[in-house]
Amino acid sequence: MFWLTSIVAIVATLLAISRLNATHALLYLIVSFLSVAVLFLQLGAPFVAAIEVIVYAGAIMVLFVFVIMLLNLGPHAVEGERQLLPPHAWIGPGLLAAVLLLELLMPLSNNQFIPTTGTAKHADHSTIPTIPTEAAPQLQERMVVGPKEVGIKLFSTYLLAVELAGFLLLAGLVGAFHIGREEPRTSAKPGAMEVPSQEGPA
Amino acid sequence: MNPIPMEQSLMVAAMLFSLGLIGLLVRRNVIFMLISIEIMLNAAGLAFVVAGSHWQAADGQVMFLFIITMAAAEVAIGLALVLRLQSDLPTLDVDAMDQLKGGDDA
Repeated sequence: MFWLTSIVAIVATLLAISRLNATHALLYLIVSFLSVAVLFLQLGAPFVAAIEVIVYAGAIMVLFVFVIMLLNLGPHAVEGERQLLPPHAWIGPGLLAAVLLLELLMPLSNNQFIPTTGTAKHADHSTIPTIPTEAAPQLQERMVVGPKEVGIKLFSTYLLAVELAGFLLLAGLVGAFHIGREEPRTSAKPGAMEVPSQEGPA
Repeated sequence: MNPIPMEQSLMVAAMLFSLGLIGLLVRRNVIFMLISIEIMLNAAGLAFVVAGSHWQAADGQVMFLFIITMAAAEVAIGLALVLRLQSDLPTLDVDAMDQLKGGDDA
C-alpha cells in the first residue's frame, strides 16, 4: 500500500517535470501533492495531510494557475484555453488520482484506517478517539500523531518560530505587492500583459 | 497494517527531491523551475514528517508547517517576479534574463 502511493508520487512528479505544457504539468503536480498527502496519512500524520491538500494542492496551485492564465491572456486566449486542456490531458492525472482514491477507500472498507480518520475528525477531543474494537490492535502498533499534539508543540516549544513565520508571511505579502505593482511610467494593465515590453530603461 | 520502514520512506523523499533537482537543472522555463522548487520543498517536508512519525514526535509535523509557510511566501514572490519579467521580456526563458536591471540593452 505504501509502495503504491510512492510509485504514484514518483510517476506523477516525473511526468510533472517533463511536460511541455505548463497546465498539464500543474495537473500532474497536483496529483503528486495529493499522493504525498496520502503518504502522510499512511505515516500517521493526518493533520499535515489535510494541510498539504489545503495549502499545497489548494492555495499554492491556485497561485500557479492564476499566473499561467494571466500569462496566456490576449486575443488568442479563447482558442489557447481550449487547446490548453483537451480531454486527453485529464486521462493521466485522473488515472493516478483514481489509484489514490482506491487506496484510500480500500482500507476504509476493511476498517483498517479507522484510527487515522477518526483522529482527523475528532481533532480537538483526543488523540485516541473512540474506535471500533476490532481496529484497536492496529492503533496499538501504529501511533497516530494527531493535531492536538502538533498544536501544543507548535504554540509552546516553537512559539518564537511561529512569530517568525508570521513575519516571513508579512514580508512575502509586502514583497509580492511591491514587485507586482505597476510602475508609474508604464501604462500596462494586468490584462494587457501580452503587449510586449514597454522597453524603458529601468 | 505494518509500520512503514523509515528507510523506504526516506528513499521516496530522496527520489522526489532528486526529481525536483533534475527538473530545476534541466528546464529553462521559469514556471517549471518554480514547480521544481516546490517539489523539492515538498520532499524535504516529507522527510521531516517521516522522521517525526518514526520517533512518534510532533516536531516533524511542526517543521512541515514551517516549510509550507516558507513555500507559500516563496511562491508568491516568485510568481510576482514571473509576472514582472513577462511584462518586461516577451519570454519565460531564464537564459534571456542574464542581465540585471530588467535585461535591457544597457
